[in-house]
Amino acid sequence: MKQTTIQYKLVMAGTGLFLCFFLVIHLLGNLQLLLPAAEAQEQFNWYSHLLAGNMLIKIISWVLFIAIIAHAVYALILAGKTKKANGAKYVYDKRANVSPWNSRNMGLLGTVILIFLVIHLKDFWYVSDFTTMGLDKQGYKDMYSVVVLTFHQWWYIAIYELSFIALGFHLLHGFFSAARTLGLYHPKYVKLVRYTGWLYTAFITGGFMLIPIVVYLNN
Amino acid sequence: MKIYLKIWRQDSPATPGAMKNYELDDVSADMSFLEMMDLLNESLIQKSERVVEFDHDCREGICGQCGMMINGRAHGPLTHTTTCQLHMRSFKDGDTIYIEPFRAAAFPIVRDLKVDRKAFDKIIQASGFTSASTGEAPEANGILIAHTIAEAAFDAAACIGCGACVATCKNSSAELFTSAKITQLALLPQGQVERADRVIAMVDQMDAEGFGHCTNTEACEVECPQEISVLHIARMNYEYNRASIISH
Repeated sequence: MKQTTIQYKLVMAGTGLFLCFFLVIHLLGNLQLLLPAAEAQEQFNWYSHLLAGNMLIKIISWVLFIAIIAHAVYALILAGKTKKANGAKYVYDKRANVSPWNSRNMGLLGTVILIFLVIHLKDFWYVSDFTTMGLDKQGYKDMYSVVVLTFHQWWYIAIYELSFIALGFHLLHGFFSAARTLGLYHPKYVKLVRYTGWLYTAFITGGFMLIPIVVYLNN
Repeated sequence: MKIYLKIWRQDSPATPGAMKNYELDDVSADMSFLEMMDLLNESLIQKSERVVEFDHDCREGICGQCGMMINGRAHGPLTHTTTCQLHMRSFKDGDTIYIEPFRAAAFPIVRDLKVDRKAFDKIIQASGFTSASTGEAPEANGILIAHTIAEAAFDAAACIGCGACVATCKNSSAELFTSAKITQLALLPQGQVERADRVIAMVDQMDAEGFGHCTNTEACEVECPQEISVLHIARMNYEYNRASIISH
């Protein structure tokens, strides 16, 4: 059966909201990095060990990979459809005046996030799963030292911070847009979703932006 | 006042078009935008040139015919306004105005600024109606409708099908147009019988006509002369999901 554009959008919304949910869990766990260095090392290494040995987390990580890939692939398909639907370009185009910048550039923001993900996975996932690592006093892999080493140089912190800003603008539009796609139409709940979206974005973006800076200052 | 115009000229759907420059000297600030276009065409007739063709009909903002892109915005610089309700007082002496047709693959250019919006009709023909036996008019109070519901349905029914939503959309989506009709009929008791089939058929037709998807930039609501709410699009998504789950 041929999929309608609304069905494509449902995949975007579904995978997007799943990734939104994942970000909450990811941030909550990583907040342990805000503790003073010695305490953070002990806590975070224990937490990493807990996740690494858990079958459920393995399954979720596979679902996560699929969700990210599906989100990107469907975005590309939809972008292709848009190109076809638009036809000839306007010679003089000021349509951008009537809609927010981030809502028109979700693809660009998404690309920044995707590039960041490659860097991010190389920094942590690759190091923890595919290299031999030092152990801490408890005998766990010393992930905290990897974090400290990663956020050792200011320009590396800058890459992370800029990516989080891109993520923030992506979430600000994506969160409420997904709710619309799912069919939330009542004005009362629409407002609620807007406010929740703002709070959610502030929490996620602010939280993630804080971590590299605090880790840098603590070491 | 003096106005410089850059207008899209295209002889036929198949031939390539281009922007052409014109100058008008005696434009009054009280003229409507279309009267300014009439003035230009009169000058072209006097020079025995082919006039600039554009769609227009009622010239009082209710028919939805006069669609054009003015200075890169659907229906010009004002929000919630048709082209005919735009006046030259919105421009200054010496201004350059770019005028282009609405552009979307589903709205092929017929000539100059005229586009074929038949795709909208096809969406309505797909199921934008309620089937009813003809005969005597039914008793007015036979079907009770709450005032608030009637008003909400009227708000959706106010769409004049001008196509500004498609023209201003970065994806050339017709979802504001389609969703307004779906909401209108989904709200009323007469629309219940075909409710699920309607939304499926209209969404399918919308895709078949080659319109894009909705990314909720909400630009369409800003340019819509009737201020049709983008929440109708969310309502259409709800109706579509509901129909997909329970009846298809």
